[in-house]
Amino acid sequence: MSAALRRFFLLSPALAVILFLIGVPLCLMAWVSLLDKGGTSGVDWSSAPSSANYVRLAWEEDFDGTMILNTSYLVIFLRSVSLAAVTTVLSLAFGLPVALWMASLSRTGRDIMLLLITIPFWTNLLVRNYAWLIILREDGWVSRFVNMISPWPVQLLYNDAAVAIGLTYSLLPFTILPLYTVFEKFDWRLLEAAHDLGATRKRALLRVVLPIATPGIVAGALLVFIPCLGAFVTPALLGGGKTLMLGNIIQMQFGASRNWPFGATLAVVLLAIMLVVMTAMALWRNRRTA
Amino acid sequence: MTQASSPPAVSIRNVAKSFGKGIYAFRVLDDVSLDIGRREFFTLLGPSGCGKTTLLRLIAGFETADSGAISIEGEDVTARPPFHRPVNTVFQSYALFPHLTVEQNVAFALEEQGMARDAIRKRVGEALEMMRMGSFAKRKPAELSGGQQQRVALARALAPRPRVLLLDEPLSALDLKLRKEMQIELKMLQEEAGITFLFVTHDQEEALTLSDRVAVMQSGRILQMGPPREIYETPTHRFVADFIGDINLLDGEALPGGGVRLEGGTVLSAPHNASGKVTVAIRPERARLAPAGEGALEATVVHSAYLGTAMLHKLDLPGGGTFLLRQSDPTEAAPEAGSRVGLALPAEALRVLDR
Ligand SMILES: Nc1ncnc2c1ncn2[C@@H]1O[C@H](COP(=O)(O)OP(=O)(O)O)[C@@H](O)[C@H]1O
Ligand SMILES: [Mg+2]
Repeated sequence: MSAALRRFFLLSPALAVILFLIGVPLCLMAWVSLLDKGGTSGVDWSSAPSSANYVRLAWEEDFDGTMILNTSYLVIFLRSVSLAAVTTVLSLAFGLPVALWMASLSRTGRDIMLLLITIPFWTNLLVRNYAWLIILREDGWVSRFVNMISPWPVQLLYNDAAVAIGLTYSLLPFTILPLYTVFEKFDWRLLEAAHDLGATRKRALLRVVLPIATPGIVAGALLVFIPCLGAFVTPALLGGGKTLMLGNIIQMQFGASRNWPFGATLAVVLLAIMLVVMTAMALWRNRRTA
Repeated sequence: MTQASSPPAVSIRNVAKSFGKGIYAFRVLDDVSLDIGRREFFTLLGPSGCGKTTLLRLIAGFETADSGAISIEGEDVTARPPFHRPVNTVFQSYALFPHLTVEQNVAFALEEQGMARDAIRKRVGEALEMMRMGSFAKRKPAELSGGQQQRVALARALAPRPRVLLLDEPLSALDLKLRKEMQIELKMLQEEAGITFLFVTHDQEEALTLSDRVAVMQSGRILQMGPPREIYETPTHRFVADFIGDINLLDGEALPGGGVRLEGGTVLSAPHNASGKVTVAIRPERARLAPAGEGALEATVVHSAYLGTAMLHKLDLPGGGTFLLRQSDPTEAAPEAGSRVGLALPAEALRVLDR
């Protein structure tokens, strides 16, 4: 057997997975996004492909037939991206100190912390979001405490802030873990070297710790940003149906609205946004390390 | 070395340091005091674990002393953080910043000082040129050999022109040949740059070759401090004598009014003002062969090695124990193995040390 043939056979399981479980469904989704809705499955398979669904994202037909701008989806897109960005920043802000602190613990301390961080995954996401519902609702103790010290009434639930809190909570481990991996391997003598060369604690953090931790920061940020864009449980529960995100409207199209083609359109756009973000990150990193 | 008018480069006063707390407390430095003169090449020498690194880290500011004071060129720095001390360190592990190029590493301290860009470029160029690393300026540390990393670490520590350079076993990771080369370079560099070097090593030969003065440490104390010659020729402690170079140690009892009765019963005439149990120390090259029956001691030749510039004889003493003797003229007639010889031990070559 030639080397090329052997390589092909060895690779075939991986290729099959990529082709049939990722490639085919993706193509199918892209194809569906070009079709009309209809039928019991939500797709009119016999319709001619057109870009109508994509046009619908930003324009709608007025009753006299002219196309007018419809910003409702654009607003949701923007909200999704900005909520994802806020969540990413919050996750890094909490995750960095926690990961740094974890790396400074003893062997057992680290293991215990890793366990504690992974424990929430043993519980269903829905249950954890209901827990936040109870924590944040008006007669919950957090809400009462906040309203006690705040000069004006504060609503903690059913708004963007609640969604950001919920998302940060759910996705924080995905920032902590890659950061922790970087800091665990970090050579702390480099920090001493930086101090020795005149860098204060802040400067050493800025010039030595953060640059070396960049791969972890980028990984941690992407692992939060991307699931955020597609999240639908947290915005549905903690946003109270008012703070819709991309994930919610996609879910609605495939569910209640039975409009698979438009759902597929939204999913394709979501995918495109993610690709742009990841490519930008990759380019930025390459330029930095070049 | 030290000028009477100016304060010493480094002055350490009664510094003590323990690690751990309560019953786990472990005293690593015990009442250490020393003064290092300006432009001096001063070496801390001692076995692994004796506290050399800890003392260096105290001076750099990475550890805080339990008691005592440290000043640099007359300024008390005991309470200052490392980034406010006019010293730089060459770390044993080099600790080069892996994400920065060679020139960025060297520029690090200068940038922290807020030096102008042009001045930085010039200074970095000079520092790299001095270490003959100019052509590696754009490389990352991972792309350099151990010896090259060593040079970059030196250039980086020297670029900000510190008052004192602290070097913690900087050559220990290098192979023997490179190590010898770097020793010479270090010495030349120190003379050229006119900077005080505080050098740490557990290699006695390295310490003797390089230093203006050496402090020999054992278990957190300085036993003896002085020029290499003094440390070698007139050790004040059995430990120092044993640690540095080859030496013969003969245990015995001090006799009042001079002289020592060895364990075998022989009495050596050696000047001293000790009493009780003592050790008589003599270097292999200071003892002389004598015809059998003459000399202070009798011995049997076990083995002779020709070293080119000398002969080294291993002898058995009648009371047990071996004696090394270095015959500096290899053309002289050498005794045969198994023959009995006498040992002439000149009184001025004998050191009587407390046990
Ligand atoms: N951070 C520390 N915590 C506890 N013990 C330490 C610490 N640093 C050093 N020691 C102990 O102090 C002693 C002296 O260490 P060190 O100064 O590194 O010795 P040297 O450099 O002479 O080999 C050793 O016994 C070492 O185990
Ligand atoms: Mg050491």
